[in-house]
Amino acid sequence: MGIILAIQGAVSQGILWGIMALGIYLTYRILDVADLTVDGSFALGGCTCAALITVGVNPWLSLVVAVLAGMLAGFITGLLHTRCEIPAILAGILTQIGLYSINLRIMGRSNTPLLKSPTIFKQLVSLTGLGQNWVSMVVGLIFVAGLIAVLYWFFGTEIGSAIRATGNNENMARSLGMNTNRNKVLGLAISNGLVALSGALVTQSQGYADVKQGTGAIVIGLASIIIGEVIFGKKTSFGTKLLSVVIGSVIYRIIVAVVLQLGLNTDDLKLLTAILVAAALTVPVFLEKRRRAASYNPMTDGDAGKGGK
Amino acid sequence: MLKISHVSKTFNPGTVTEKQALRDLNLHLEPEDFVTIIGGNGAGKSTMLNMIAGVYPIDCGTIYLDGVNISRQPEYKRASLLGRVFQDPMMGTAAGMQIEENMALAHRRGRRRGLKWGVTKQEKEIFHEELKRLGLGLEERMTAKVGLLSGGQRQALTLLMATLQKPKLLLLDEHTAALDPRTAKKVLSLTEEMVAEARLTALMVTHNMKDALRLGNRLIMMHEGQIIYDVRGEEKKKLRVEDLLKKFEDASGGEFANDRMMLSD
Repeated sequence: MGIILAIQGAVSQGILWGIMALGIYLTYRILDVADLTVDGSFALGGCTCAALITVGVNPWLSLVVAVLAGMLAGFITGLLHTRCEIPAILAGILTQIGLYSINLRIMGRSNTPLLKSPTIFKQLVSLTGLGQNWVSMVVGLIFVAGLIAVLYWFFGTEIGSAIRATGNNENMARSLGMNTNRNKVLGLAISNGLVALSGALVTQSQGYADVKQGTGAIVIGLASIIIGEVIFGKKTSFGTKLLSVVIGSVIYRIIVAVVLQLGLNTDDLKLLTAILVAAALTVPVFLEKRRRAASYNPMTDGDAGKGGK
Repeated sequence: MLKISHVSKTFNPGTVTEKQALRDLNLHLEPEDFVTIIGGNGAGKSTMLNMIAGVYPIDCGTIYLDGVNISRQPEYKRASLLGRVFQDPMMGTAAGMQIEENMALAHRRGRRRGLKWGVTKQEKEIFHEELKRLGLGLEERMTAKVGLLSGGQRQALTLLMATLQKPKLLLLDEHTAALDPRTAKKVLSLTEEMVAEARLTALMVTHNMKDALRLGNRLIMMHEGQIIYDVRGEEKKKLRVEDLLKKFEDASGGEFANDRMMLSD
């Protein structure tokens, strides 16, 4: 029974964290930028949201403000990267470190409980009479469905296509009149807006915000993306890709729930995640090397050119 | 049409790798001029094209294109006036995007991009017709990723994309140099066709002297960042490869004898 409950909780957490993975997908795969702002902007979303709720702001409105705060964080990373020409990874780290102090300032302390405050989940639990896990799951699914639809639309528009082209071939994008710097800033802002939304939703669902809640978020997001790609493959339609990221996030949470049930210490979780991502990134490289080695043909016999089969 | 006045450019100034790529360069193009550019390695041919396109800022001088002072405009702004094809076939297209998406991006060169759909149905019909002209069967593969195409196919597509919105000036930077001879020939004849049909003004850098003589109405030769020879019209038609070689040797004191230009047929 314990494991079923744990998995149910894992699924709802996976869906809410999946929104963050979507944000990371935009930078990592579409914009081709490794954006480390994420750890900071995830916590920023949570901290902003919690701080607002405790002073009596509507929990829904708090979500909106959290998204705007996240977009601002992405905007700053974007400016550091494009205007100040700081390498993207370093620009992200700078914003992330800065956000740690900002998050502490926003909350005034390192942890804000929402036990006695309203959250969207509590509201919906009392409204529908469903359990907390079910409500989290349904709310998460509605958000995910809406966001995937909006992202699918957006990246099909002229601006969205220009962002994709910027990530694909910056040279070509500029030669065809696209302001690649602006596209990068826009992409980073949208991505971190999604990450902050995820942070805010997770905060409301777990009932507290913590200044450290974003630690390792980027790695969890990458794990979700990679798990999704392993399952669905890389050659799928854009909509399926977005969906696969969220499913990857759910599967990641289920794996975590299972290993915790099997007795793994929570302290070891981050190490496990790091190993999982490193392995997932390594395996395709080794498979490719093996495939190449197997298809190597020295062209010394009559079968030249047919090798590798 | 294009007026380059007193443009100079030095790369890595003040270091051991300092290189003056352009020296007080002046060039004036008439509308519909199709100019072939030859010169040894490091003569400044590609640099000149990159300066016009705004890839690097110029140190001094001015560049006017179609009456607009573009000397200090960023690359993406000048793009509204320019069509470009690069030496590297990978450079002009986005490998991870579909053929029609690439064309739609090019179709919007110099236009405001908004929240309208990235590829319209009407555009797809236009692209279908345009792709047929290439004779490569790409019109049947419009939703294929460009990364699946060969270098020659990608270069032909880039050329088509560069002219989809008629540019004020077409910049061709050794765009057939990386292709096999047959494909190069095909891309070159497409170039000729498109320039003639749309009556484009074009600058074409080439290492192939025969092409430089056969194509275009004007030929310029560059050496050490300057134009050392500029010939057009009837005079150009009478030129032969030997004449060009002679010119090169006069200008450089014989150092062209071992340049790879000699090896081009």
